[in-house]
Amino acid sequence: MCTTCGCGSGQTLIGGHALRQARKPGANVHYRMPAHSPDHDHHHHDPLPNPLPHAGEGANERSNPLIPAIDFGSGPAGAHAPGMSQTRMVQIERDILSKNDSYASENRAYFAEHGIFALNLVSSPGSGKTTLLVKTIEALNNEVELAVIEGDQQTDNDAARIRAAGAPALQINTGKGCHLDAHMVGRAMEQLKLEDNSLLLIENVGNLVCPASFDLGEAHKVAILSVTEGEDKPLKYPDMFRAADMMLLNKCDLLPHLTFDTDLAVANARRVNPDIQVIRTSATSGEGMDKWVDWIKAGCREAVAGRMGRSDDNRKSDDYQLSPLPLAGEG
Amino acid sequence: MHEMSLAEGVLQIIEDAAQQQSFSRVKTVWLEIGQLAGVEVEAMRFAFDAVMHDSIARAARLEIIETPGEAWCMQCAATVPVQALYDECPRCGGHQLQVTGGNAMRVKELEVE
Repeated sequence: MCTTCGCGSGQTLIGGHALRQARKPGANVHYRMPAHSPDHDHHHHDPLPNPLPHAGEGANERSNPLIPAIDFGSGPAGAHAPGMSQTRMVQIERDILSKNDSYASENRAYFAEHGIFALNLVSSPGSGKTTLLVKTIEALNNEVELAVIEGDQQTDNDAARIRAAGAPALQINTGKGCHLDAHMVGRAMEQLKLEDNSLLLIENVGNLVCPASFDLGEAHKVAILSVTEGEDKPLKYPDMFRAADMMLLNKCDLLPHLTFDTDLAVANARRVNPDIQVIRTSATSGEGMDKWVDWIKAGCREAVAGRMGRSDDNRKSDDYQLSPLPLAGEG
Repeated sequence: MHEMSLAEGVLQIIEDAAQQQSFSRVKTVWLEIGQLAGVEVEAMRFAFDAVMHDSIARAARLEIIETPGEAWCMQCAATVPVQALYDECPRCGGHQLQVTGGNAMRVKELEVE
């Protein structure tokens, strides 16, 4: 249903079962009736053919002008008669993504409470996310409890690969959908029964566009760019590289066979996001896997420390920061 | 980007408001879309009409208020206008920019009856 990429909702499956479209009561909506907020800026009402009467015309007569009231006599007709049309303005001021964001906040609160470090892995299809995940699970070598949520339009193939690597995994099939949203992930979390102080790896649908806008409650988005793709991907899909805190330059074992300029790719990513961290990885040769796994472990320690509610003085030194200099030298 | 899902979010917000504010028809919807929000305005208009069909906002007029992109340039220590996330600072040409405005997408106001 997405006009850009043909996605839609209503066909989402989690572990092969339909997603219950339970509606939770959303966050409170705040309204201001224009007639009772004298400081309200009305410049965009001007195009209206019949400007409404505003503050000062009737509000002053009320005993308490702060209490909003629906005044049926204040419409263009100047009177209320059954069946007569009355137009009024309703101030909404609400983010379009507020529903997703409220689910994401619930997920984030759950992660914080249980010391769970959650990562949202995003990339184009075919960047090597699943292979990298399998190798990551092997490299973590049971040092960290972990679970994986796999997002794909169809098939259970990826979850099966993760389970074969020895980690619990749940597949979300988005049907026509082109991204995971926070509600899907929340439902998947319930089914996975995550361990306290664990790692949750969420492999998003292969798509560099839509998942950028949908917060899942994760600690970080990790963008995976394989070196077979092109150095200018961060410029072509800036929203995603802007949203990510970490970029993995994957399939680096293929660099001798390609004309890919890693320095240029990193420079392009930092043009969009000056703070993005970068690690060169290869699931095949194992290059960079130690740095990547160290970064994950540091995040896990931080999540656990946060849960314990103590300020960990060592946190700063645990943070893995890759400076641009060594990478530039390697290129 | 993801205009169809966003239009569904808009409808949800309108329906919530209709319940709380007791209106039965929406005549105009004002959306505030930042230049850096990743929303294609034309795709949004297309999705809006499709999603509002058969709802209380069917045939509603869509007014889009586009807000300009703004970023804080760390080198200039100033707020500068930007048109895209990969833009350079118009003053110093650097990329040490933090987006500070024009990244919102909100339902701002409704004209209802």
